[in-house]
Amino acid sequence: MNYTKTAKVLHWLMAILLFGLLALGFYMHDLPLSPDKLKLYSWHKWAGVTAFLLVALRLTWRIAHRPPALPDSMPKIMQFAAHAGHLMLYLLMIAIPLSGWLMSSAKGFQTVYFGVLPIPDLLDKNKEIGDLLALVHKSLNLLFVAVLAGHIGAALKHHFIDKDDILTRMLPKH
Amino acid sequence: MKKIILAFALAGAFSAQAVEYTQVQPDKSAINFTYKQMGVAVDGKFKKFASQLNFDPAKPAAAKATFDVELASVDTGAPEGDQEVAGKPWFNTKAFPTARFVSGTVKPLGGNKYEVAGQLSIKGKTQDVVVPATFTTQGNTGVFDGSFIIRRADFSIGEGTWAKFDIVANDVVIKFRITATSK
Ligand code: HEM
Repeated sequence: MNYTKTAKVLHWLMAILLFGLLALGFYMHDLPLSPDKLKLYSWHKWAGVTAFLLVALRLTWRIAHRPPALPDSMPKIMQFAAHAGHLMLYLLMIAIPLSGWLMSSAKGFQTVYFGVLPIPDLLDKNKEIGDLLALVHKSLNLLFVAVLAGHIGAALKHHFIDKDDILTRMLPKH
Repeated sequence: MKKIILAFALAGAFSAQAVEYTQVQPDKSAINFTYKQMGVAVDGKFKKFASQLNFDPAKPAAAKATFDVELASVDTGAPEGDQEVAGKPWFNTKAFPTARFVSGTVKPLGGNKYEVAGQLSIKGKTQDVVVPATFTTQGNTGVFDGSFIIRRADFSIGEGTWAKFDIVANDVVIKFRITATSK
């Protein structure tokens, strides 16, 4: 059993986007203030909003389409761990952009999608809340990196050690 | 008898108007600014400024105002932003610690509206500005509200890599509220 083409496209599109966002996020944060830094911050925010829209689309698809079952050869406990891990990834893919958006509002820098579509500020400007949300955004991202490492590690273990089709069924043209 | 009452009434009316607002209340006054960063409006403020004010609504022509804004007290919304704009390319607060506004003629526009011409000096450069303001009173307290636009390039604010306006726009809206009481 295979994933649908839509599921695969969304999976890999988001993989590229999220790796880019993680790298850009950690990189831009440590730059000294410059016009380029402000530009990168805007790009990061636009890409982050795009990731949020994609995950919303993906969840809608996921509700209507059950993914293929895990192989019976997998112990129940591992199946549970896999489902818990995927749930965690979905929660983080929602919570991280939300925290970024709220942080931007609290810091007094509104998010304007591609510089044209203003996204409303739900929070008023407040330094303490802004700093707290920056810490939340960062912590969630560190957790995301850890869960992603588990996700990728598990996929590779299935492919190279268990030699099942868990990895290949998410690959194009299978 | 009627004449005397009239005289008293006039005197009363006159003295009620001849109130000079001189005591600026820093805790009820604010100098804020708004600029655009990649098209997105961002607010900031100056936390410290000194002022001298003489304003009698009955004699606007004699009004005088001087404001000295401590540029290092800028709040851009981000600590690294505050540090950056204090530096050489922006305000260069070491060499030019204050911005100064000195009023010239004050023109009543009718109602509670005024137009204050004056000179604004920042970073060693002086420009003529015209500042529209409203003045409202409550008891012995008067409040000036107004805003005007300056172009940061006129004062060399944001030089070097910041000189282009694609990231930080040229126009900066200065918004103020000055609360003053009479003696
Ligand atoms: C899934 C989407 C996103 C990912 C993976 C992501 C990832 C990251 C990472 C890794 C950092 C560096 C954290 C640090 O070192 O402090 C970061 C910082 C930041 N992110 Fe995101 N982000 C996402 C969405 C968003 C969104 C939607 C916004 C705003 C609308 C946003 C705004 C920011 C801002 C302003 C910072 C800088 C925080 C600071 O300098 O203190 N992010 N992001």
